[in-house]
Amino acid sequence: MSVPEDLQYTKSHEWVRTEGDTATIGITDHAQDELGDVVFVELPGEGDTFDAGESFGTVESVKAVSDLYAPVGGEVVEVNSALEDAPEKINEDPYGEGWLVKLRTSDTADLLSPGEYEEVVAEES
Amino acid sequence: MAKEGLRHTPLYEEHKDLGARLVDFAGYEMPVQYSGIQAEHRAVRNHAGLFDVSHMGEAIFRGPDAESAVQRLVTRDVGRLDVGQAGYSAVCYEAGGTVDDVIVYRREGDFLVVVNASNREKDLDHFRENTEDLDVEVADESDDWALLALQGPEAARLLQDLTGTDLSGLKPFRFAWGEIDGARSLISRTGYTGEDGFEIYLSGGDAPRVWRSLVEAGATPAGLGARDTLRLEAGMCLYGNELDAETTPLEAGISFAVHLDKDPHFIGQRALLLEDTGGLRKKLVGFEMEGRGIARHGHHVTSGAEIVGEVTSGTRSPTLERAIGLALVDPGVEDRFEIVIRDNPVPAKTVPLPFYKRDRE
Repeated sequence: MSVPEDLQYTKSHEWVRTEGDTATIGITDHAQDELGDVVFVELPGEGDTFDAGESFGTVESVKAVSDLYAPVGGEVVEVNSALEDAPEKINEDPYGEGWLVKLRTSDTADLLSPGEYEEVVAEES
Repeated sequence: MAKEGLRHTPLYEEHKDLGARLVDFAGYEMPVQYSGIQAEHRAVRNHAGLFDVSHMGEAIFRGPDAESAVQRLVTRDVGRLDVGQAGYSAVCYEAGGTVDDVIVYRREGDFLVVVNASNREKDLDHFRENTEDLDVEVADESDDWALLALQGPEAARLLQDLTGTDLSGLKPFRFAWGEIDGARSLISRTGYTGEDGFEIYLSGGDAPRVWRSLVEAGATPAGLGARDTLRLEAGMCLYGNELDAETTPLEAGISFAVHLDKDPHFIGQRALLLEDTGGLRKKLVGFEMEGRGIARHGHHVTSGAEIVGEVTSGTRSPTLERAIGLALVDPGVEDRFEIVIRDNPVPAKTVPLPFYKRDRE
């Protein structure tokens, strides 16, 4: 299981990369592995706004549907529209090409460090 | 780590060694996937996949009245089966609802009825309660047998290398005793994937060795996840989804397994005859999503503001690369409707079943 050192995490298995006021969000390697082959992604539109903890979309694997929760509040400035035709990128490259949305955020949310996230995963298994 | 209270098939250690993801299924810790559902699905469609389905139940009917007992319990006329022939059938309640869907094997001197793992105890009770007046023994041999399903266009070639039984002489729904890699096996040309293939009944002691031989010969281990997407593409029913106590086999579209003119009569025959002449209360349809989204079991089917049915199974079809599903709908429903996915009505249209049919040589 890969947990990059330069990202922050949530208990619901999203990751966040913060650059200035932009937060790029995806699901973790552990999450994609638990889900199995992702076959469908439902993402919000640009301009939609979400509070931290609010559901902003879903990912579906062959067998399971999983809600996506916003790790931080903000306005959607970009969605990864490539996932519509290639949702498998979430499995293949969860921290890269499998990113989900970018939010413009004013929040500073209570996120997990890589070490804390690894503990969350360890407790679940 | 083994989960408490769950049962294991004789192939449990093989699954662990292969790194399978194990889930609770009908009280068994079973592999849902190894490498990934879609890769396993494609292996079965294009090459050969190997499933452990040892959790299935095996009931044997023995004694002078064995045939009368089976005839009373199942919707198919098993009097028309030859020795060495198997038939898909439903088991019904008096009111026509479905107890289970089963495969009946007419063997030399007895009948083997293979039942769904989740229904095993219920079925055995039903079988015994309804045949008390007959001279028949209904034995539960589920724990005595392992069951492998080898499925796919290369299944026959792979298996032929390991057995002296001439598989070209074994037509669909025929079975024979033989040896596979030295293990005495009942080899049946049946399956649940829409591909050519075999179901192999053998002792639990022999199963791991035969499993390993088949994997070494090139069969891809496949889990229950792929089994479900494969059967759904093939338009086959799953008990608990398309079939249940409230749904008759006619409604679920398996009338080919129901001989309404059967004599001797089966339990539920009167109710099914009445429904057949009076009209179905609901019917099973196949559909394809026209909008974005994947229908799932339990989603409502709507036509405008009206609820006209319920999705029984839905997935994204790995072969067709489209979202497909089965639904039980009002008989008069139009061929376009909506599936309500998380409060959002998404357009769908009916399509003929099965979704996928293999090319036959």
